[in-house]
Amino acid sequence: MSTPQPEQSAQTPTASVQFSNAAISRDGRTIWFNGNFTIPTGTITAIVGTNGTGKTTLLNAELGLLALSQGSITVLGAPAGTQNHRIGYVPQNYISGLDSTITVRQSVLLGLTGTRFGWHRTTEHQWQQVHEAIEVVHLQDYANARLGELSGGQRQRAAIAQALASKPELLLLDEPLANLDIASQQSLVDLLATLNTAWHMSVQVVSHDLNMLLPILTGAIYLLDGHPHYAPMSEVLDAKLLTHLYGTEVEVITTPQGDMFVTPHSSAHHQTIDTHNVLEAAQFHAHC
Amino acid sequence: MTSLINTQWTQILTSDFMLQAFIAGILIAIACGMMGYFTIIRHSTFAAHALAHIGLPGATGAVLLGLPVAAGLGAFALGGALVIGTLGKKVSEREIATGTVLAFATGLGLFFARLSSSASQQMQAILFGSILTISTAQIIGFAIFDALLFLVMCIVYRPLLFSSLDTEVAAARGVPVHALNIIFMAIMAGVITVAVPAVGTLLVFALVITPAATASMLTRSPLSAMVVATLICLVSIWSGLVLSAIFPAPPSFIIVSISTLIWLITRLTSGQHDVL
Repeated sequence: MSTPQPEQSAQTPTASVQFSNAAISRDGRTIWFNGNFTIPTGTITAIVGTNGTGKTTLLNAELGLLALSQGSITVLGAPAGTQNHRIGYVPQNYISGLDSTITVRQSVLLGLTGTRFGWHRTTEHQWQQVHEAIEVVHLQDYANARLGELSGGQRQRAAIAQALASKPELLLLDEPLANLDIASQQSLVDLLATLNTAWHMSVQVVSHDLNMLLPILTGAIYLLDGHPHYAPMSEVLDAKLLTHLYGTEVEVITTPQGDMFVTPHSSAHHQTIDTHNVLEAAQFHAHC
Repeated sequence: MTSLINTQWTQILTSDFMLQAFIAGILIAIACGMMGYFTIIRHSTFAAHALAHIGLPGATGAVLLGLPVAAGLGAFALGGALVIGTLGKKVSEREIATGTVLAFATGLGLFFARLSSSASQQMQAILFGSILTISTAQIIGFAIFDALLFLVMCIVYRPLLFSSLDTEVAAARGVPVHALNIIFMAIMAGVITVAVPAVGTLLVFALVITPAATASMLTRSPLSAMVVATLICLVSIWSGLVLSAIFPAPPSFIIVSISTLIWLITRLTSGQHDVL
């Protein structure tokens, strides 16, 4: 870990996240290395890569929960892990709320006051912040419902409301679209767009399917051949790159209306592309 | 029919040992009510059940050595709590390790009991409780434990709740989840030590878990769930004492019956869960 530069004070948020020569290994195995990129604030970034490439590990590294084996990660202008009170984190396992008897408002309140030791009464102002967060995710009719009584999509939004309660500047979501029906996915994508435009929040979303997110994405971190890369969307939407990313042949289709989507190539004979062919993938290694 | 009812029950209820039992009931209910809710939301009900059994060889071993039962029970339960607390995060691995230690500890408890006739005589009281023989010294011990528990809960309440319900998020926000887990398990060992004299190691589930499960069906905030769980605990113990004075049945049996009955009625009428 490098020491923070004096000019990189927490008050000058020019970059939401900055990787420099970042590498991480667990149990002696290198997960990814040579991460060098800067993501501007106010952007929506997808984190993509096939299973096991270290997407969740990347989020944990940004949160400072996992130590780097090399290099440094700067988040909101300070070393990773030091600004977590300014970050909203929504992990993947919101399903654990399946049998939870706690109500939405009590759960969201924890996002605001759950880190405080000692005896404190919840103030009117704090309840107001809780209800604002619940309104943003459109769960105001369910504020007193138990998490166990909600649908998967509603539970996901309750988890986001908990992350929003402390008004974070950066929101990290791990596979928020998994296990949701299309309508719930769409309302979640709309919500992320609103948070980005109205709340000026930087957003990072781990996802293995880009299509739903395409209309709102600014760029993507893609994990390929053991390196995290960042590129704006125009560069990511390259059929060859995506073929390597998905591990199967895909093409990018633009409809006459201008919508783009990624689809498996119609002529692909279901052969598996070797995503770890170094020579083949070398062309995508232009580090920024 | 008259033989079924103890005609001197009013005298029994006003006796000194009954008064002691009523006071002990309040202190036991407070400890169980506060911790039961956390045990449920942390999915640690099996650990709580196991701790009581892990305490068994401590209890019979203490009798063997001429020490107070509570000292041996508390020491073994605390040791077991710290071991379970440091076991892996994977629920399946933790449950297998806990269950294995539970079975071994119960066997060891039996072995210690057989080594001396006095331990053998106390075995039934340890397994099924003997709330009517609680001493003044035990009551003072319970009161000190309750005061400490209340103090610790005032300090760790919110972070413990956060880390119990959303472990990953709490850890990301800087809550010391591992330290809180150890603190929780240590408190649980204390609660078990307090509750075992009332209903014994085999029936402790009915005082720690069942009232809290009933309370979380009835309430919508963690704090009110704890208060309601304490009240259900208290109602179970006190009415168990009164009814055991009137009818010839052991208090432990009536206490667990009432606790179970309240849970069953709540479950049948709340409608949010399928029955059983």
